[in-house]
Amino acid sequence: MGLIASYRMRLRRRYWRLRALRRRRQLTVVKDRTRAISYGTILAFSTVRNERTRLPYFLEYYRKQGIDHFLFVDNDSVDGTREYLADQPDVSVWTTPDSYAKSAFGIDWLNWLMRSHGHGHWCLTVDVDEFLVYPFCDTRPLRALTDWLDASSIRSFGAMLLDMYPKGPVNAQPYREGQNPFEIAAWFDSGNYMFERNPRFGNLWIQGGIRARAFFADAPKKAPALNKVPLVKWRREFTYISSTHILLPRGLNLTYDPAGGEKTTGVLLHAKFLSLFVERAAEEAQRAEHYRAAGEYRAYADGLEGSDDLWCKWSERYINWRQLEILGLISKGNWA
Amino acid sequence: MSLGFIMLVHTAFDRAEQVARYWASNGCPVVIHVDGKVRPARFRAFRDQFRDDPMIRFSRRTRVEWGKWSLVRATQFAAERLLADFPDVRHVFLASGSCLPLRPVSELRDYLDAHPETDFIESVTTEQVTWTVDGLEAERFTLRFPFSWRKQRKLFDAYVRFQRRFGLRRRIPEGVSPHLGSQWWCLTRRTLSSILSAPDRASMDAYFAKVWIPDESYFQSLARRYSTQIESRSLTLSKFDVQGKPHVFYDDHQPLLERSDCFVARKIWPRADRLYEVFLDDTRLANRGAEPNPGKIDRVFSKANERRGQGRPGLYSQARFPSPGLENGLTCARYNIFSGFDFLFDGFEPWLARRIGGRIHGHLYAPERAEFAGGETLMNGCLSDSAALRDYRPTQFLTNLLWSTRGERQSFFIGPHDAQDVVPFVTSDPNATIAAVTGAWAVPLLTSNLGFDAIKAEAARLQRVELAFLKELKSPGLAARVHVWPLADFVAQPTEKLQNVLSEITGPSPRRLTDLPPMRDLTGFRDFLLRLRDGGVKPQVMGDLALFPTKTDGGAKHGSV
Repeated sequence: MGLIASYRMRLRRRYWRLRALRRRRQLTVVKDRTRAISYGTILAFSTVRNERTRLPYFLEYYRKQGIDHFLFVDNDSVDGTREYLADQPDVSVWTTPDSYAKSAFGIDWLNWLMRSHGHGHWCLTVDVDEFLVYPFCDTRPLRALTDWLDASSIRSFGAMLLDMYPKGPVNAQPYREGQNPFEIAAWFDSGNYMFERNPRFGNLWIQGGIRARAFFADAPKKAPALNKVPLVKWRREFTYISSTHILLPRGLNLTYDPAGGEKTTGVLLHAKFLSLFVERAAEEAQRAEHYRAAGEYRAYADGLEGSDDLWCKWSERYINWRQLEILGLISKGNWA
Repeated sequence: MSLGFIMLVHTAFDRAEQVARYWASNGCPVVIHVDGKVRPARFRAFRDQFRDDPMIRFSRRTRVEWGKWSLVRATQFAAERLLADFPDVRHVFLASGSCLPLRPVSELRDYLDAHPETDFIESVTTEQVTWTVDGLEAERFTLRFPFSWRKQRKLFDAYVRFQRRFGLRRRIPEGVSPHLGSQWWCLTRRTLSSILSAPDRASMDAYFAKVWIPDESYFQSLARRYSTQIESRSLTLSKFDVQGKPHVFYDDHQPLLERSDCFVARKIWPRADRLYEVFLDDTRLANRGAEPNPGKIDRVFSKANERRGQGRPGLYSQARFPSPGLENGLTCARYNIFSGFDFLFDGFEPWLARRIGGRIHGHLYAPERAEFAGGETLMNGCLSDSAALRDYRPTQFLTNLLWSTRGERQSFFIGPHDAQDVVPFVTSDPNATIAAVTGAWAVPLLTSNLGFDAIKAEAARLQRVELAFLKELKSPGLAARVHVWPLADFVAQPTEKLQNVLSEITGPSPRRLTDLPPMRDLTGFRDFLLRLRDGGVKPQVMGDLALFPTKTDGGAKHGSV
């Protein structure tokens, strides 16, 4: 990369940092417990809107994995999400009534929070329906992974989205608060993912899975991106630029090996297709606050009325990370 | 009190304390060296915990940088203190703060009592060493290394090149034969004190201080000078990964560590509570007297290194996306591609399925949809038959199919009607077997109900596509096994030619092909081709037209031969 290209990349990073700086004013603190953050603490960042039902299991899952402190941006919830979060002992909450779309789908807000609180920490940025699975996650806490990444001088950890779905109609089994969503959405597509390197930012662009198969079979290019870099040893000069798909500086996106080897990676199990989703799809399609004016949600709203069952006989039932590693979806790399 | 420990500690003090106390309580003196970088207050707090224990002492401190002379210096300080303070010690065991004994100390002591004169130190001549990450073996001893390998890599490499180029060399002092090995050793008092009290120690130290990574060579080389009996292996189980840093053990390694029968392992994750709990409990059952056997653990870790270095061939994933040329195998398994046979024979697919087994797909790259075997709309891995999805990433469609059906032979058909994007990929793939009868696409046209002009246009189009396909089969990057026959040649001797292909796919079989599926009627095929020629579409891919039957000689070549 030449000097000019490199400088333009720097300008791009600056642009995103400025956006975050401007949009910090949209955030109002609800409960700030960030004084509890100390050296070595692992942090989680998330934007929520009306996710009261999903939160108890989300917090339980990540507490068990070893997240020490959660930082939430509440986008104008009306279902008690904000109050619930403010009551949790390890959570700090900010709130904003402003547009999710205009803040680059929450990324400006989170970039700001990470810049102020994430420096020097391992930061996990996930939505409340995303559950991190990494090699050995059943026997080793997240801290074991981050310690190993530190020792290996690796700054970022890739984990693609793995969309999970139930067998039978999506709304047949109602989701109860506190329940493991993967008791219902236990299935996934194991071998229909498509990859391309993004030459500008160096990341892999991943598409496929159930969403490409069921909703974008005629327009694959529009299928949602599944590549994510959710876990980063944050420094204040870093910035996410497109959801958690891409970061700057670009080196952080190299979570795959272009030379034939395998790098250690995980997945984010995506508990999207639950009963909660069917109502949500219609609402979000109306609100148009999501990526590409929620075109994706419109596709779901249409698709889910007609053919309800996403399951097919080749669907794979989720067992554990070892299964994912054998299927080639994740890799232990040289972590043994 | 025949065994004493030296412990180099720089972090995880609570774990170091646990292990030091364990050794001391079993009658083994411990001398601890705490890194000089540790703050005085932290050091004092750590040291004062051991006030009550005369078996645990502290050596003079120095600031240690990993891989630098200071590490040897620290070891020397601690060794001198141990030898001076505990005259009964016969064997000195060098350990770090992240080491964990896997077997009771009494077993280690018994083992050493059985080998009272033996020095356990991995010590290999530089010619035999293959494990160095930086590739420097003999040159560690003859070049100078003023720049940091970690922080000033470019300068480091440049200076090494410079010295090689101009033949700058240091002289190896007399009496030193360069040896390398693991830095974790167990030496006898005699050998260790000979090294430490050698009359020329000052000059030795001065020499080794500038050797590259002296902690892997100082004791390893000098032990050769004084020892009477060396077993060139370390009693400490320690594995290194491709980056040259030690693999870390976690709670889930417990069964593996137990089966290794090694005495001490490093490095242990400080929060591996279960490992510390289990292995520091001397009441547990242990298999007495077994020889250390790190082989089992070796396998696990060398597999990990292989996975990181080469990866699984044919896998394209978020972890492994090789750039062109670095795939180490474009696909994960052998597969077969047939072209033209289904135009020529009736029921070729089921016949082939009986012959070679596995999954026989139709035209996977057909324009309307991927024709999966058995008319399925989805295949293993939830691969969709949507043409749009397939044509979006045509090669990954194939690699996905092959990956998801590992262990089952895949075959499919391709023809000039189909999308051709995958052709350059498969021709460059050594896993592909391609068998093609060119010009066979004209056979169905013979009985087509279309008008002649439409047939002509269709024939011209198909022939153009097939010519491009043939060109790919002759490209310089060709790696697939290819069998191509013009239709005329094939029809002359179909059995023999098919036999060749099939035995290449399934391996040689004693059974000869006898039954071919019925061949379509080629009566009048020659006249048809001549009409095409005269209509302006010259048949270029069918071979010698004279071999085909005309209307008058009927079905002479028809059916099996």
